[in-house]
Amino acid sequence: MPQLELVDIRANYGDLAVLERVTFSVEKGEIISLIGPSGSGKSTLLRVLVGLLPPAAGTVRLDGQAVDYHSKAAVRLVRSRMAIVFQQYNLFQNMSVLANVTIAPVRVKGQPAAEAEAYARKLLDRVGLGHKLDAYPDQLSGGQQQRVAIARALALRPEIVLLDEVTSALDPELVNEVLDVIRLLAADGMTIFFVSHEMAFVREVSSKVFFMDKGHVVESGTPAQIFDAPRQPRTREFVSKILRH
Amino acid sequence: MLQQIIDQAPKFFGYYNVLFLLQAFAATFLLSLAGCVLGFALGFVLAVTRRTADWRLAPLRVVMIVFTEAFRRIPFLVTLMLVFFAFQALKLDVSMFAVALFSVCLIATAFITEIVRAGLDSVHRNQWDAAAAMNFGYLETLRYIVVPQAWKVMLPPAFSFFVLFIKDTALASQIGVVELTFAGKVLANKGFPAALTFGTVLVLYFVLSWPLARFGRWMGVKLAPTRTR
Repeated sequence: MPQLELVDIRANYGDLAVLERVTFSVEKGEIISLIGPSGSGKSTLLRVLVGLLPPAAGTVRLDGQAVDYHSKAAVRLVRSRMAIVFQQYNLFQNMSVLANVTIAPVRVKGQPAAEAEAYARKLLDRVGLGHKLDAYPDQLSGGQQQRVAIARALALRPEIVLLDEVTSALDPELVNEVLDVIRLLAADGMTIFFVSHEMAFVREVSSKVFFMDKGHVVESGTPAQIFDAPRQPRTREFVSKILRH
Repeated sequence: MLQQIIDQAPKFFGYYNVLFLLQAFAATFLLSLAGCVLGFALGFVLAVTRRTADWRLAPLRVVMIVFTEAFRRIPFLVTLMLVFFAFQALKLDVSMFAVALFSVCLIATAFITEIVRAGLDSVHRNQWDAAAAMNFGYLETLRYIVVPQAWKVMLPPAFSFFVLFIKDTALASQIGVVELTFAGKVLANKGFPAALTFGTVLVLYFVLSWPLARFGRWMGVKLAPTRTR
């Protein structure tokens, strides 16, 4: 049974259709990269999955169970299993690094503070920020903030991690420090959705690549299929443009 | 004039006059305190309720919007009269002080609601998204994430409003509430030099608003510290 299954998912922003008939399934531990031009619906798809934008139609199944995105309880359950990391990090500006990582486990999940803190320290060590526990987000570089955001997402022990253009707001030099962290996650066997324009990295880590355009998944396949032998003309056009330089 | 003030001062600061001034000071103090504390508490509740997405609260939200928009535009004196006649029409026999107290709370609530709303709106949408994605509820998001970041935007206008507002309580004298300005008028009418009576009233207003402004600055440092990189 696939871990996550989407059937005919549609989503709108007001009158604007942003996702149309998106259908696919994902096995546990897969690393799914979503590529495509801006505005193609990649980020929207992640927002739909985590319930920030309820789907207008279609079904999402998590471990075979259909998710009702209009039920608060169902959305809570989904969010307890999936964590999202945003392009702009979205760290809580009023909290230190350590507090950012421990607040949800303690306040939402009711973990004892000491336990949450120990785990947070471990995660922050792993992303290379064990020495920045007391710093505030505005005292960190973009790359450091994004690594804190990843640690914060992991602190909730999700089964699926959604990474929404996590490197697009970063200086080129800082991109690699974030990608290194994602490599670690991939090695852990976590299911990952990765929206990105880092094509070399997508090719390296993905088990599947989905090419999206105008709200549709135009084509999906292994990185080799998508990058070396795309079947759809639109995919071919996109890939030839981005691989040219 | 100075000679006149010096001559009259011992009589002016006689036991009954001082008692009278202290009573008036207490009235101004109570009106200000009620306005600030209740106004802030109610304004906060209103702003928070107004922001909810729950459709069941929609009628309540409309009432709140009409309330804040109306009472921020009506002059304080008109509000006082309105409340006064509303109580009369309802045949509620309450003191003038109660009328003033009620009016003061209405006005303060309307203004503070707007200040709190602006403060909450100043916190970036992405903070709400991040909190929602981590399963924080509406009130938890407010408590742990949004309100702590909104203090910086809410406190300065809130306290400058409070300081203005203390002075506005003087209008309660118009319906016969014995507060500071009223007491000043009474004593001036008794023949004490205007410079002496209103000078004393001025000092007493200052005694009220100065600590309040200091308290506002202290709250700012406490709740919205500025960090240096």
